[in-house]
Amino acid sequence: MSKRIEVTDLNVYYGDFRAVEDVTMAIEPKAITAFIGPSGCGKSTFLRTLNRMHEVVPGARVEGEVLLDGENLYGPGVDPVRVRRQVGMVFQRPNPFPTMSIKENVLAGINLNNRRMPASEKDALAERALRGANLWDEVKNRLDAPGSGLSGGQQQRLCIARAIAMEPQVLLMDEPCSALDPISTLAIEDLMAKLKEEYTIVIVTHNMQQAARISDVTAFFNIAGTGSPGRLIESGPTEKIFSVPDVKATEDYISGRFG
Amino acid sequence: MSQQSMIRADAEPASHHHPDPKRVGDRVFSGLATGSGVLILVILALVAAFLLIQGTPALLADPAKLTAQGYGPFAEWVAPYVFGTLWAAALALFLAVPVSIGIALFISHYAPRRLAQPLGYVIDLLAAVPSVVFGLWGAAVLAPAVQPMWAWLNANLGFIPLFGGQASGTGRTILTAAIVLATMVLPIITSLCREVFLQAPKLHEEAALALGATHWEMIKMAVLPFARPGIIAAVMLGLGRALGETMAVAMVLSGGRQISFQLLTSENPNTIAATIAQNFPEAFGLKVNQLIAAGLVLFVITLAVNTIARWIVARRAQYSGAN
Amino acid sequence: MTTVSQALAPGELTSGRLPAFVLPTTIVGAAVVGYALAVLLAGGNLAVAVIVGYVLFLVVMEIAARVVEGARQASDHRARHLIVGAFALALVPLASVAWEAVSKGAARFDPLFFSVSMRNVIGAGGGALHAIYGTLWVTGFATLISVPIGLMTAIYLAEYGNRGRLAASITFFVDVMTGIPSIVAGLFAYALMTLIVGPGAKFGFSGSVALSVLMIPVVVRSCEELLRLVPNELREASYALGVPKWRTIVRVVIPTAISGIVSGVILAIARVIGETAPLLIAAGFAASINNDPFSGPMTTLPVFVYDQYAHPGIDVQPYWDRAWAGALTLILIVMLLNLAGRLIARRFAPKIGR
Repeated sequence: MSKRIEVTDLNVYYGDFRAVEDVTMAIEPKAITAFIGPSGCGKSTFLRTLNRMHEVVPGARVEGEVLLDGENLYGPGVDPVRVRRQVGMVFQRPNPFPTMSIKENVLAGINLNNRRMPASEKDALAERALRGANLWDEVKNRLDAPGSGLSGGQQQRLCIARAIAMEPQVLLMDEPCSALDPISTLAIEDLMAKLKEEYTIVIVTHNMQQAARISDVTAFFNIAGTGSPGRLIESGPTEKIFSVPDVKATEDYISGRFG
Repeated sequence: MSQQSMIRADAEPASHHHPDPKRVGDRVFSGLATGSGVLILVILALVAAFLLIQGTPALLADPAKLTAQGYGPFAEWVAPYVFGTLWAAALALFLAVPVSIGIALFISHYAPRRLAQPLGYVIDLLAAVPSVVFGLWGAAVLAPAVQPMWAWLNANLGFIPLFGGQASGTGRTILTAAIVLATMVLPIITSLCREVFLQAPKLHEEAALALGATHWEMIKMAVLPFARPGIIAAVMLGLGRALGETMAVAMVLSGGRQISFQLLTSENPNTIAATIAQNFPEAFGLKVNQLIAAGLVLFVITLAVNTIARWIVARRAQYSGAN
Repeated sequence: MTTVSQALAPGELTSGRLPAFVLPTTIVGAAVVGYALAVLLAGGNLAVAVIVGYVLFLVVMEIAARVVEGARQASDHRARHLIVGAFALALVPLASVAWEAVSKGAARFDPLFFSVSMRNVIGAGGGALHAIYGTLWVTGFATLISVPIGLMTAIYLAEYGNRGRLAASITFFVDVMTGIPSIVAGLFAYALMTLIVGPGAKFGFSGSVALSVLMIPVVVRSCEELLRLVPNELREASYALGVPKWRTIVRVVIPTAISGIVSGVILAIARVIGETAPLLIAAGFAASINNDPFSGPMTTLPVFVYDQYAHPGIDVQPYWDRAWAGALTLILIVMLLNLAGRLIARRFAPKIGR
């Protein structure tokens, strides 16, 4: 259940403003790829083009190709709604649906898409997803309690469970730990290490140690200045990027000289 | 990759089967939503069009025919009612605005924090009372209660033109109607003002207090200037309501067709809305057209007031240092 | 008091303060003098006593504060007293309306009032059953028309409009609609029905159309505001699960805002249920029960109140008693609706949590 992503000459625009310029890279399956870079460098915007979530912003458009195991996400006739069922996403701030219980939150993707499934199968799926998100033991006795009653870290793992219940090919994570305390962060990181056995994982993070700890590949994005587009500076195995990067700017950023 | 076989049928690459990425559900739903919005524009156009269609016979008819079958030549007939509408609304605002601002300040800056919200509800209750109840109250309770006071004012201050004339024996004068109108617009003006006062920047208030201002000086320095566009908008909104209010005036005022500024007599100018309400049930033929044309005049007046209000707010918003 | 200020003196931080007893003493004194003057001059009229007493209180406090504390403090006191006075003044009509409605309405607030119509009733007896049926029909149809149009328009403005030109003009004209005088709405419904079924047609549904013109903008406003309060993150979470936009709105956005929407609709009903003028024009008067909203005049409760008051028989009292009983019923309905609206908004609001 994981697919390879290939991005070729990707440009992202908001109206006339070019936010991301000429990104070409490959994202490997069953591995964690981390995007790092200063604020506003376009890494989140780029991440959102991988499941066409950028289209939610009016006026956003894309030029170039994103291939998911060879199929272009931006090809003619591709339905973004179907793309998102294969490429799941976890957001910066945990966002469980406030009107739904814990179990309903996990099954939200199934229920909201009106997919028919016997109740026993649904229960099994919910348990599998919650176990997958390392949350089962903490919530198994209160599956019908509101999801918003959990702690921040638990809510974020609930959101991960909700994403993997859809059995996606790829899991995108947009700074998933930035709103969490260190202990919850650690729990999420452990979870990611486990999830990469099955999924292609892409994570945007501001936390350099986190990128170094968990990712297999790191991609560094940067901007020349305000108003200019973000660019992919370099990407490669995490050990290499963090020890002997090819580009001076990468080294400056990682050693904390800016950003 | 070994699990590929497990992938559900509908998770398969869909692009080849669905040439149109816009989904039917999305198209139907967004069409319904857009249609509703457009429908509102259509309704409003219909309001204007139907009033025009039904009103124009009265506007175009021969004055002699209007005298015979209607209420008389249109402009001559409607003029006192236009005057009455404006005069009653002006009096009501004159009474309501200072009180409303006072109440709003009381709730926002004088009452204890914990009481502010319940007190706001109390004033909102006033807005919930139906206009027919206010009309009944004004006619059956307020008018007899104020009659002796009006007589006293007339006897002792009658040399002031406003209080002159022959005092009404029932108390159902334009001043009484204006008090009822004021009561009805008061909660509208209050709730808007209260909102603006509460938004006044805390930093400015504390700066004023730190300069040694008293509570009232602080309000004059930091709250009122900030709130001025909001107050103007609230007053204009209240004006719109006062101009169009029907029942309170129809039940309280013993109105006629005099153009007179005297407040305490039984000969008062009626308002457009009250005239329509009082005459429509028995009207027929050209009279109906004439009343509808009067409604059109009222519509235009309130539209103008509301437009001016919005224009003031929009213009002030650009200059005020809000945010 | 003096010992305290002496203890704190002779610093520059202290200034003259009115002793604590001055305020209550002045209040009582002004009240007594005001009442005495009212008895002497106006036969004990309570309103005169209050007005005279209040003015007296303001004058005495002004002088006392000026002498002891200086002009700036005196104006601070004056502002405070005027503002408290304004609030008290606003309570007068509220209390008076409530009191009169209860005391005058009680006479006919009896089972008979709610079980018969005014059919063949001249003089005493009779009730408002026909008006209560009429209110349910007219307001019910108005709600059926207004809520779908209003809610869908709000959805267009909040979810699809993208602040484009159409959305801007809809917002503008909804504002204009808010300002339409209620009687003009009645004339519109009448003019519309004249074109459809001929002149002179007055029936319940026509009244519903008139009320809808008043109700739609209220529903649009409150629903749009509530839909905009739903955090964007929830929409994104749903999109990211591959849920189409329309189903996201129906299954995620609306359920999140539903308590507010219901409460907004209830408050909108409360606002139009007391409307009289448009129904006078569009629905007319009737004395008997009419359960067909599409033919024949239909009386609602507010119109019943107006009719009983404005067109009494030779013995006025039974008509006025019925008017007050109707007013009391109307007030109770409106208050209940308001209460229900606020409770629903507060009790069932989902915790969005930020």
